[in-house]
Amino acid sequence: MLKINNLHVKLEEEDKQILKGVDLEVPAGKVHAIMGPNGSGKSTLSYVLSGKDGYEVTEGSATLEGEEVLDLDPEERAAAGLFLAFQYPVEIPGVGNMTFLRTALNAQRKARGEEELSAADFLKLIREKAKSLKIDADMLKRPVNVGFSGGEKKRNEILQMAMLEPKMCILDETDSGLDVDAMKLVADGVNALRAEGRSFLVITHYQRLLDHIKPDVVHIMADGRIVKTGGPELALEVENNGYHDILAEVA
Amino acid sequence: MALPQAKLDTTEARLARLDMPEGASWANSARQDALSRLRTMGLPGPRDEYWRFTRPDALNAPSAPGAAVFDPNETPLFNDIDRLRIVFRDGVFDAEASDDLSLENLEIERLSDAMNKDIHWAKDLYGVLETRGQDPVVRPFAAMNTAFASDGIAVRATGKVSKPVSLVYLHEKTDSDAILHFVIRLEEGADLTVLENGPAAARFNKCMEVEVADGAAFHHVRAQGRDHERLAVTHLFARLGEESTFKSFTLTANGRLTRNEAVIEVTGDNAIAHIAGAAVGDGDFHHDDTVFVTHDAINCESRQVFKKVLRNGAVGTFQGKILVKAGAQKTDGYQISQALLLDEDAQFLAKPELEIYADDVACSHGSTSGAIDEGALFYLRSRGVPSAEAQDLLTLAFLAEAIEEIEDEAIADDILSRLEGWLQRHRSA
Repeated sequence: MLKINNLHVKLEEEDKQILKGVDLEVPAGKVHAIMGPNGSGKSTLSYVLSGKDGYEVTEGSATLEGEEVLDLDPEERAAAGLFLAFQYPVEIPGVGNMTFLRTALNAQRKARGEEELSAADFLKLIREKAKSLKIDADMLKRPVNVGFSGGEKKRNEILQMAMLEPKMCILDETDSGLDVDAMKLVADGVNALRAEGRSFLVITHYQRLLDHIKPDVVHIMADGRIVKTGGPELALEVENNGYHDILAEVA
Repeated sequence: MALPQAKLDTTEARLARLDMPEGASWANSARQDALSRLRTMGLPGPRDEYWRFTRPDALNAPSAPGAAVFDPNETPLFNDIDRLRIVFRDGVFDAEASDDLSLENLEIERLSDAMNKDIHWAKDLYGVLETRGQDPVVRPFAAMNTAFASDGIAVRATGKVSKPVSLVYLHEKTDSDAILHFVIRLEEGADLTVLENGPAAARFNKCMEVEVADGAAFHHVRAQGRDHERLAVTHLFARLGEESTFKSFTLTANGRLTRNEAVIEVTGDNAIAHIAGAAVGDGDFHHDDTVFVTHDAINCESRQVFKKVLRNGAVGTFQGKILVKAGAQKTDGYQISQALLLDEDAQFLAKPELEIYADDVACSHGSTSGAIDEGALFYLRSRGVPSAEAQDLLTLAFLAEAIEEIEDEAIADDILSRLEGWLQRHRSA
């Protein structure tokens, strides 16, 4: 599904290399996790994949189902099936959550040459999806993320994911700022979306989230590279011993 | 104090081109009084405090600089709203094109008819609020309007009026120079909505005086016509009685020069005064909102919400004041003026003022100018919304607070669709 090849990325504004040759492949239907210490480049990877400004790819590629995504605009990547659940979802005063989601969904459908969803069908769909994430009508009416609690914002990200039905979901520290119950709710939402044609890349600091969203493969990222890859037990190792031992071992 | 020679010359040159209509004696003296006010203050110059941001030259010129007629090729605004249409063609009332001027709880007369009657209620309003509004800041174009207005209407609402009175201003001649005056009186408990739309003329001077008696509610929504080269200077004077409501919203899209002044006097307790504006300009566009709200009663609320979207050299200015007189306790005053600058050539100049002589009031004001929020833009794009659409969505969100001041949903939707259309036509390359 997602194939990252020798990806090198630096900041546009300054001469600072962040990613120094990332190699990663997430097959269709699989859940991969990326763990790593602060500053290892995890969030940069998610931003570069989704097309945020401010980064310059100096080498390497990233393909989604064989198609290069790094040349595409963010909206084209979204229409191609890429989705980033933000670590810090953005507040947009004045834009209603419903309007936002409907505009996004129909823009993607249009880009793919599909018919736009009618207002009635959209309403039916969003009510159904929102219910399972315990998102009430009021939250749907309010401006995007404005006045939402940390948990509500993350649930809203998952709702968007559920509505847009992407092929490749990248979750950037979706567990940050969540209490245990909220994390469970979010994880349940993600698990409900697991499917054969859909892959996940879960970026997290902690093993805790991986108790709920069980990964097939765990990667450890440090200093802009994937330094170790293993099964779920790797996450447990990090939880118990920290990154120190792993980093010492690969150094 | 004698006027500086340059000012005197400008004023006399302008006056030489104007004719004062004749009417009943009260009307003639109202006009003569206004003329002497105008002669005392003179037309504005760049050194006048309230004309520092806006050059008055084109408004002062003896004849109107030409303005091409623009055909937007779209369904007219408010087309689907059930309303009583009153049409002016280059500043002249067109009875043929207008609806029958009769409606329950409403008296409408052409201004010239009203001003020819020896006894008429308009006597207590025509030029009266304008005169009150000349202190402490002079408004020469309003005095000029009272003296020389060549057409207009007098409206008196005596109860709830079932549909809006809709003033439609058509612009057909490239050199038309129109001066229209409206006097609107809402009797106790009356409820009236007035709509205005259209470019009106190459150069348009409009003055509206609105008396809102106790318990009455006045709603006003206007869209200034989109002709790119037109000039407009407008004044809205209002006096509010006890427990009355006044809500006014203006949309301005295009126009080389627009100066909208609003002077609102809150004189009855528990009254509400809201005034809002959304202006969008691309290129040769100068838009000036000059607002003066005076609180002279207890427990009243006022809101000023002005938003401007500017690009490609467009200039927006805002001069807004809240004056709370001694004794106007429990005043709740709010003022916000904001500009969204879509590129580095756009400019916003703001002068917010608060002057408060009462000690138990809550007044807040703010003024900002900034660019599109890049974080929000990326968020929208990452969800699949194309860049241009995302920018429009954020721009409309920026304007939302002003548009929300329109209470009637159908009218607000109409205004919103105008804005959407404008944004689509004026996207960045």
